[in-house]
Formats: sequence, C-alpha cells, structure tokens
Amino acid sequence: MGRKRSAGDAPELAAGNGLLDRRALLAAGACLAGAGTIPARPAFGAAELSVEPWMTEPGAPFVGYGQPSKFEAKVVRTFASAPGTTGTGASRTPLQRLNGTITPNGLHFERHHSGIPDIDPDLHRLLIHGLVKRPLVFTLEALARYPMETRVSFIECGGNTGALYQKEPAQLDLQASHGLLSCAEWTGVRLALLLEEAGVEPQAQWLLAEGADAAGMSRSVPMKAVDEALVALYQNGERVRPSNGYPLRLLLPGYEGNMNVKWLRRIKVTAGPTMTKDETSKYTILLPSGKSLQFVFPIETKSVITHPSPGLNMKGAGLYEISGLAWSGYGKITQVDVSADGGKSWAPTALQEPVLPKALTRFRMPWRWDGGSAVLQSRATDGSGYVQPTRAALIAERGTKTFYHFNGITSWAIGERGEVRHVYA
Amino acid sequence: MSTPRHLSAALALFFLSTAALAETPDLGRPAEPEEIAVWDISIGPDGAGLPPGNGTPQQGETVYTAKCLPCHGEKGSGKPNDQLVGGLGTLTGDQTAVKTVGSFWPYATTLFDYVRRAMPFNAPRSLSNDEVYAVCAYILQLNGIIAESTVMNAQTLAKVQMPNRDGFVPFSRQK
Repeated sequence: MGRKRSAGDAPELAAGNGLLDRRALLAAGACLAGAGTIPARPAFGAAELSVEPWMTEPGAPFVGYGQPSKFEAKVVRTFASAPGTTGTGASRTPLQRLNGTITPNGLHFERHHSGIPDIDPDLHRLLIHGLVKRPLVFTLEALARYPMETRVSFIECGGNTGALYQKEPAQLDLQASHGLLSCAEWTGVRLALLLEEAGVEPQAQWLLAEGADAAGMSRSVPMKAVDEALVALYQNGERVRPSNGYPLRLLLPGYEGNMNVKWLRRIKVTAGPTMTKDETSKYTILLPSGKSLQFVFPIETKSVITHPSPGLNMKGAGLYEISGLAWSGYGKITQVDVSADGGKSWAPTALQEPVLPKALTRFRMPWRWDGGSAVLQSRATDGSGYVQPTRAALIAERGTKTFYHFNGITSWAIGERGEVRHVYA
Repeated sequence: MSTPRHLSAALALFFLSTAALAETPDLGRPAEPEEIAVWDISIGPDGAGLPPGNGTPQQGETVYTAKCLPCHGEKGSGKPNDQLVGGLGTLTGDQTAVKTVGSFWPYATTLFDYVRRAMPFNAPRSLSNDEVYAVCAYILQLNGIIAESTVMNAQTLAKVQMPNRDGFVPFSRQK
C-alpha cells in the first residue's frame, strides 16, 4: 500500500466487485489515465462553449435574504400530515440531493405534534422549577447575555428508517426512507449553567422539558444528558427557524429527535421520569415478547450510502464515487466500510475531516462499476468499537413489531441498466 | 519572580476557573409559586400534580361525542386518528400490534396529562378539569379498566392499574 504510484498504474482493488483503494481518488488523474476508464464524451461542438446571455447583460439585483437557484427547485422537503391537520406530522430532508454534512436550515427535517407556533420572542419565557432552590424565569433578552457554546450535532427522529423493519423492502427514495435526519451547527447557552443558577436539589435525577406548541410537547430527560445540553438560540449561524423551535430549543446531542424539545418554555427538575405520552405510548421498542424497551435515548451507530441511492441511477460503466453519511449518538464515527458484493467483502472508506462526535460524518469511496449487478452496503463503527449490525441480526433481536430506532445495514442493488433499488441482502 | 512560571500559570488558571464558577450572569428572575402553578401542567405517574375535580364515564361520553369522536371514532375505535380502545392481546407474536390506551399505555396519569395539554386537537387547553377527568373515565371504562360507576378524581385516577403497566423494560446498550 505504501508504494509510490506512477502515472501508468491502475488503482488497487480494495474489495470485491470493483471497490478501489479509498486513496485512489486523490490521484484521480493518474488513476483514470492509467486505467483507461475515461468514457467517450458526446460531442457538443462549438455550441457548448458559446457566449451565454448572462454574460451579455448585468445580473439580478440584491435581495435581503438569499434563495437557492431556481434550477434547484427540486431540492425541497417532502411532508405528510396527520388526517385532518396541515402542520402535524413530519417533513423530510432530501439527503440524496445534498452533499457535505450540514443541512441548510430550510431543509432541516421537522416533526410537529400540533403545527408550528408563531412565537413572539419578547413574550416567550423559559421557566426552570421543580427540585431547585431558586425557581427562575428567563427572557430571551436575558439568555442572549449568557456565554454561549457552538457545536455541530445531528438530530434524527427515533422513527427514522422505520420502514426498514417491514418484511419486504420498501421501494422509497432516500428522502422517504432516511430523511428524518439532519445536521446543523447549533449555538446556545449551556443548560448546566442555568440549572446551576437555579440550584438543583440532590435528589433530582430527571428533567421534564416542555415546548410552547399547542401540543405542549414534553419529554423526560435523564440528568446525565445535561452535560452536553444546550438551550439553542442559533442554527447554522442564524436564529433557530420557527420549524426548529424558534426562539429556543433544547439540544441534546446524540439523543433521539423527540427529546430535543422545540419552543422550549419549561424545565421541571424531578426525581423520576414523568412518563409522558411520547416516552410511553411512542418511542418505545415493542419486542416479540410483548415487552417494550423504554428510554432508548442515544441514536445507535448507523450509516447509509446517499450516492448512489434509489432514484439516483448509474449512467454507464466507469469510475464513480460512492458517498454517504454515518452517525452515532454515542460519539465519533471511527470507520465506515463499504461492500459492493452484498457484504461478502468490505473495504474501509475515506472519512471527510473534521470527524465530530454526534455529528454527521461523510464517507467516500472510489468504485469502478463494470456495468453488472452489484449490491452496495455501508457499515459504520463508532469509538466504542460498536459495529452497525446487519438488518437480519437486528430483526433477530427485535422482531418487526416496532418501527423505532432501526439502525441495520441498508442495501442498494444496482441493476444492469444502472437502476438502484432497495433490497434486503 | 521567585514563583516558577508553570506554577503561576496553574494558579492563574485555578483562580480563573473558580471565578468563572462563582460568577454567572444570574439574569433569571425568581419565579413566584402562583405563576409556576399556572404553567406546571405535567402530571407524575404517582398522580403528583393532578388538580381538583372529578368526572364519570357517563359524563365523559357526552364530552367525547361532542369533541373527540370526529377524530377518534365511535367509542374510541379510531379513524381517522389514533385508536384509543381495544388491542388487548396484540402485543405478542407475529400479528400487528394495536397499541391503544387500553392495550399499551402504562399509566392513566399520562392520559390525563396528555388530554389536558393537547386535546381536543383544534382547541387544546379548552376542557375544564372535570371534563378531562370525565373523558379519561370514559376511555378507561370503554377499555374495561374501570367500572361504569367509577368516578375519576385525583385519588382514583392515580390508583388505576393499567393492563400494560409492567410491559416496559429500561433500555441499556449493554445487554
């Protein structure tokens, strides 16, 4: 592996069915030339390099808040609402149409239990009470004067990828199967600081976090989550969007999305869990035995290939970059392996730096597709050594009666015409 | 300068960090018990926080028919929204689980908490405490958990034994 490559060398095969060494793309020019895989290009003739109209007149005026190009109109969230409602349900991030690791604010996934409240920040208050020495009320103006911290964190709904528990592979695009997942840079006040000012009583083990939406969304949070918790005011540099909790939300890095309570208005410090609707009747994992796993807090280590994925079909044999996302609510991703032969052989991918704990990690892998059938899979490992399980192993343990916290390996089959399908392999 | 440089640096850091701990912005205003009472609507599983008031299944049927039935169906049968009644025996085996208040919810206090804060969907916080107790009584009675004659109030609701009360196991990553 350490030998120096000359321009005439072909890239080394790293695993079966055309997976190349993860470093091959770094020397792509040499590799491609050596491998002779530059496809014949269609001839556009002189017209392709003509002087376009946008070079012959001045462009558009300034606008106050910029929008994406009109040519990117397909890059939008998709959503579905509960019967009889318009804003209660979920919207999904178009992961297959994005790259990098940060989700633009307008595309961050949403899960609302009674629409998006229209909160006047001057009227919003945060109350901290319960098992504290000094119950306190904070205004936004007051919170803005506190020292702040910034961290990149993914948020994933505990119900994301629930369709992969189904007995037959659902034919969905990545947005529909994995889109309740986003990642942003969040800035806010450490919750620990506010709790310290309120003076937490020794018997306190839990918090109840409650939102100011019309569902009064509430969840119990174990005290250990406070170590990394932020009362977030900013999302990717601007104030948190209404759909993500404006004017402030709880951020619990790595914890299932539902616990990151939006429109945060109240923290009640308690001795035990409150047993709210969402931590009992929802977000629990019903096992075949009839028992349910409760308080499944961090998102387990997980990954998926975003490119290619269903709907992003291959366009002829040749060199491709397989790329995807890996994440763990328990810490850092340390390795992502990819297979092109349905799990028979694996090779490690290149992880895009910086790799941050409890944030999305982008992985990349060069692949020379020979135009034949293939089954692509990715498998993440986190800092504790935990390895993402196969779907079969996960189902053997959990059955198929639940749809929460699926983290098994996802498989994309490539057909001979380049079409990409979801399969179980 | 007799103090070694690394020691003075360590001391400076020590004083800095203790100062940081001692001095926080402290910009919260003390909350008064009366205002906390208005906001504190969560009910603990032991019934802590349940307000005065009461209601019977029969009274609950009237409220349910007027305000809940369009979404939750005749007698909690569901459609277009969540089914509230039935599903006992569906949690095990290969069949699809029908998770209702009766078959799945471990605490009756959660029902009171949720109905009071979030229901009816188009007018949350509009029911009186008596109406919430009554609706809870009706749903519990439809599920066969309480008798038609049972009055729900802060004492009785907290004592209701739900069928799936022991159906939950705290998750641990290490099996």
